Order: sequence, then structure tokens, then C-alpha cells
Amino acid sequence: MKRKKGYFGKFGGMFVPETLVPILEELEMAYFQAKKDKKFIEEYKHYLEKYAGRPTPLYFAERLTKKLGGAKIFLKREDLLHTGAHKINNTIGQILLAIKMGKTRIIAETGAGQHGLAVATVCAKFGLKCVIYMGEEDMERQKLNLYKMRLLGADVIPVKSGCKTLKDAINETLRDWVTNVRDTFYLLGSTVGPYPYPLLVRDFQSVIGREVKTQIKKNRNSSLILIACVGGGSNALGLFYPFLKDKSVKIYGVEGGGLGINSQKHSATLARGDIGVLHGSKSYILQDFDGQIKIPHSISAGLDYPGVGPEHSYLKEIGRVDYTSATDKEALKAFHILTEIEGIIPALESAHAVAYAVKIAPKCSKNTNIIINLSGRGDKDVDIVAEAEGKKL
Amino acid sequence: MNRITKIFQDVKKNNKKVFIPFITAGYPRLESTAELIPALADGGADLVEIGVPFSDPMADGPTIQASSHTALENGVTLKWIFKTIKKIRNNVKIPLIFFSYLNPILKYGLERFFKDSQKIGIDGLLIPDLPPEESDEIKKLARRYKINTIFLVSPTTSNNRIRLIEELSDDFVYCVSVTGTTGTRGKLYSEVKPYLMRLKSNLKKPYVVGFGVSTPEDVKKISEISNGVVVGSAIIKFIEKFKNNKELPEKVKNYVKKLKSPLK
Ligand SMILES: Cc1ncc(COP(=O)(O)O)c(C=O)c1O
Repeated sequence: MKRKKGYFGKFGGMFVPETLVPILEELEMAYFQAKKDKKFIEEYKHYLEKYAGRPTPLYFAERLTKKLGGAKIFLKREDLLHTGAHKINNTIGQILLAIKMGKTRIIAETGAGQHGLAVATVCAKFGLKCVIYMGEEDMERQKLNLYKMRLLGADVIPVKSGCKTLKDAINETLRDWVTNVRDTFYLLGSTVGPYPYPLLVRDFQSVIGREVKTQIKKNRNSSLILIACVGGGSNALGLFYPFLKDKSVKIYGVEGGGLGINSQKHSATLARGDIGVLHGSKSYILQDFDGQIKIPHSISAGLDYPGVGPEHSYLKEIGRVDYTSATDKEALKAFHILTEIEGIIPALESAHAVAYAVKIAPKCSKNTNIIINLSGRGDKDVDIVAEAEGKKL
Repeated sequence: MNRITKIFQDVKKNNKKVFIPFITAGYPRLESTAELIPALADGGADLVEIGVPFSDPMADGPTIQASSHTALENGVTLKWIFKTIKKIRNNVKIPLIFFSYLNPILKYGLERFFKDSQKIGIDGLLIPDLPPEESDEIKKLARRYKINTIFLVSPTTSNNRIRLIEELSDDFVYCVSVTGTTGTRGKLYSEVKPYLMRLKSNLKKPYVVGFGVSTPEDVKKISEISNGVVVGSAIIKFIEKFKNNKELPEKVKNYVKKLKSPLK
């Protein structure tokens, strides 16, 4: 039998144990119904606006522009959203879907804790039971978010298997889901996993790009560049997706370059990985010669993942988006630049996107507008930055 | 004729019940595999399921996860598994089935994997993260290289899907006892009975039940409403307990005998 749906070119699909297939089909159906349901859309918009704080500004970074001396730089301020990152766009959408489907228990994975925080937040708000799986190593790295999740009433379960980070947290969440399928909703945090998640998360995040479209004044004499960091790929697709058809827009995705993509310590999946199947979909992954998943590295926990959303693999393959990377060092430098001259402390994930803008802006003409997706704010990362630079808080 | 087909003809004709133990290749040590597979056969296994270790085994509970982890630390690769099975294949008459996640097979090369499986005498393949919808290419290659494919049915599977899964499974269907990962659990029988009765009235092909079967008592009761059982985690736990015992293969053989005793 042929499966056509669920693919972006040859990437994507639904590579999961049989137990989950009927549940994913149920989710797909519920989602397509919700998309046509005016009441659902209204509700989603309502909470985005009144609870999360949309629309977010498109902010002209005047001093950064001046300093770099080339393109005009704009920041899409997802960092200003409730809970401090774009993740809430998706968690509001999915929890409304979960409620519509009559599910009573929410489970989720988290790496940096930003997604976990956004999940715990909406679960508190809507009164649903919440279980978050988090790698032990990440619990150590992101203590603040861990504590916040617990304040919000989430049951945060340490994951001790594998390399004790995001990929293992996803494995453990999938295991919980396989066990408790009937009453449990898996609220996945990025454009990864089995179909329909990559599609669903992208759609819920696309509000970013749609807003930008109404915020940017485009004219014939100016060109447009979009830049976003890519972990699983949700903030990036959220910004990129509404612009994909407009071929005049140049688009860059920035992966975690770690200690350099020629070292073994990076999370540049699209640059250095090859095609495989991980966490339910076919995409680029970091793997060894025998098909075992490699342990990635990035200074930012949110980019520290050995896979990437299947739609990104597709966009790479057709050449629509250029994927590049920024090293830990470059991201740290960009973190300081933005903090010092714009008074905005970015998340380390987002600092990767800033780093690439810092690199290319001076080479662009003044008629070029660069939009950086500032996916999150940096409060959670302040102690990591201090530690990386040998300072104590 | 494929060795699995032969066994299941016996199942259909004579109401034979099959006993299928699972071991992780290269666990607890590299040398163990060549000793344990014959021991399982001597203990009365009708087929053996050989687990190919994977770094991210999402369908497995803690016991098999840990054994996969150890096996990978021991340096197990598919290439090594083929080499090891080749050495013992002539002495082991029963069918051997691979239980592998998709990614190690993809990386090895699909066609190369099937070619080598056939050459070495592997009879069947079960991929826990490959549902029927994604199985086209694999099914084609499996037919070409005469490797039987086994697909899973779960308690969440509708009767319509059961038909589809049955069609793709050559000789028998593997029924996951409960929603969940591999692992031992209590009170299995009472929980699964209604589901197994539903399968009985919907499946034409023979079916075996796995996930959580761990005692002779489970084996007895489950096989009364199925054509056999798969025992995985309980065997891995047993191996873990006696991993440093010099008589490990002998002990495993006797353990299989005991587990299988209700089927005699
Ligand atoms: C602020 C921020 N940006 C980006 C990411 C990376 O995820 P994605 O690639 O799905 O946007 C994360 C993940 O935790 C994050 O917290």
C-alpha cells in the first residue's frame, strides 16, 4: 500500500509502533476538523492575543544596524511572549486540541525547559494533569525552568537513559504515550516526530511569519532576508513558512555549530548528518556508521538535538532554504552584542540566528532588510553564559 | 520452504503452540550470543527472536533498553551479528527472526541487509517502528529475498487494520499484549483476555502474543487463547541475574524448558 500523506518530498512519515498509529490518525482527524472549526480558530486567536501577548513587535534594531553597517536589521520579538519564547504559540494550539479530543492527561518532552515551561503553563491554565520528561543533564543545566515547571504543578520526571538530554526525553515521552495512549495527549514541542506533528506544530507557529508579513513594508527596491535558529525547527518554520512561495526572499536556518562542525561536538544535523529514521520520521539525523544515534552538542540546550524536522530536510534538498551554523563561541559573542547595544538579552538558541546576521549584514546593501527570529529571551541562559566565561553569579 | 512457514503449518494442522524466546545480540557479552542461541534451541524454543541493539529503542522497557545499551558498549554491529550467526547457523535448526528498529537496517543498506540475511539463514524480520503504511519497499525486498515479515497488532488496532496487518504478515501475526513497552508485568491474563478473544474472531492466520509474558503460568493461560507466546524481558532479566555464572547457557536452557513446560 502507498502512503502519500505525511511526507515532505521523501521526508517525514509515521515510523511508530502499531499502538500509536490509530492514535496519530485520530489526532490528524481532530486537527483537520479543528482547522475548519471557526470556534476553535477564534479561541486559539483569543488566547494568543490575551494570554500569550500577540502580536509581537517587529523591532528595528537601529544601533545593531549602525554597528554592522550594512543591512537593516529587524527583530521579531517572540522573546516578549508569555513564558519567554515562541513555544507558547504551539502549546496553546495543541492544548485546545487535546481538550477538544477529550484527553485528560498531557505529556511532553523538554530540553532547555522552554517547551516544558510552556506546556506546564497551559496545563495550569486549563487545569489538565501534566507530566514532563526531562533529561537529567538538562535538569542540571536548566534549573530555573525546572523549578518553574514544578511551581506550575507539573510532574517533572528525570530521564536517566541514553545521553540524558532531549533525544532521550523524547524516547521516554513516547514510551509513556505507548503505555497510556487512551487518555493521554502528547504535546510535542517542535516540528519533529511522526506525522501529523511536523505539520501541526508548523501551522501553530506560522502565526510568526504571517504577522511579519503584515509588519514589514516591502517595496521593489528592497530585498528581504529571514534568519532563524534550527533545533527541531519550529521557530524557523513558523517564520519561514508564509514566505516560502515568494522566491525573492532569501532564507537562512542556523544550526548549533558547537565546537565547530568539523569536530565531533556539534548539533548541525543538516550540515553533517545523513538520512535516517529517528523519533517517528525520516529526516536528516546525526548517526554513526552503524546507524546508532550520535550524541550532539550545543551550548544551547534547545539546539542540542541529533535530528531535525522533516520539512527542513525537504527545504534543504530542494534548495529553498540555506542551512548554515554558528559555533558556541559565535553565539556567545552575538549574545553579548545584542545585550549591550540593544538592551535585549536573547536566548542562546536565538543568539545563533543573531550570530549569522552579524556575519552577513555588513556585506549586504542598505536596501536589504534582515529579519531575525528572536525566538526567546535569555534569562534562562544567564548562568550558562557566566559559567562558559568562567564567572560566578 | 521457509522454516517459519513449516512450523506454522504444524500449528494450523496439529494445534501446536509455539514458544519464542528473545535475546539481545551481544548481551551480556559478545561471546554469549553464539552460546545462547543453541541453548535456547536445546531448551525447546520453536523460533528465536534476535534483538538488534539500537541506541534509541522507543518500544522497549527498561530491561531490554539496558541490554541494548550493554550490547552497544560491547561493540555490537549488524555486521558482527551476521558474522556470529553464520558460525552457528548449521548447528541450529530452528527459524531465527531479527527484531530490529528501522534505522540500523537503513544505514546498513536495505538491499544489502536482506541479501545478507538470506545468505546467513535468517528466516524472518520484525521492525517495531515500521507500521504497514510505511512498509512497501521493505515488503518488496523481503519477498525477493524470501525473508518472512511479521507485523504487530496492538489493543488499539481496529478490526479493519487487523486485516491489513494480517495480509502483510506472512505466516503469523505478533500481538502486543497490552498498550505499552516491552517488559514484565503482573496480572497479564485478566487484562488481555477480552482483547485476545477479539483477535481470535478477527484473525485467520495464527498469532502469537508477546510483551509482558514472563512466567510458566502466563505461558499456559495465554497460549490457551493464542498459538503461542514470545518471552523477552523475563529471559533478559534471567540472563542478567546469571551473567557471571559459567553455566549460563545451561541455566538458560533449563529456564526455557521450565517456561515452555505448560505447552507440552
Ligand atoms: C528560545 C528557543 N529557541 C529555539 C529553540 C529550538 O527549537 P525550534 O528549532 O523548534 O524552534 C528552543 C528550544 O527549546 C528555544 O527555547
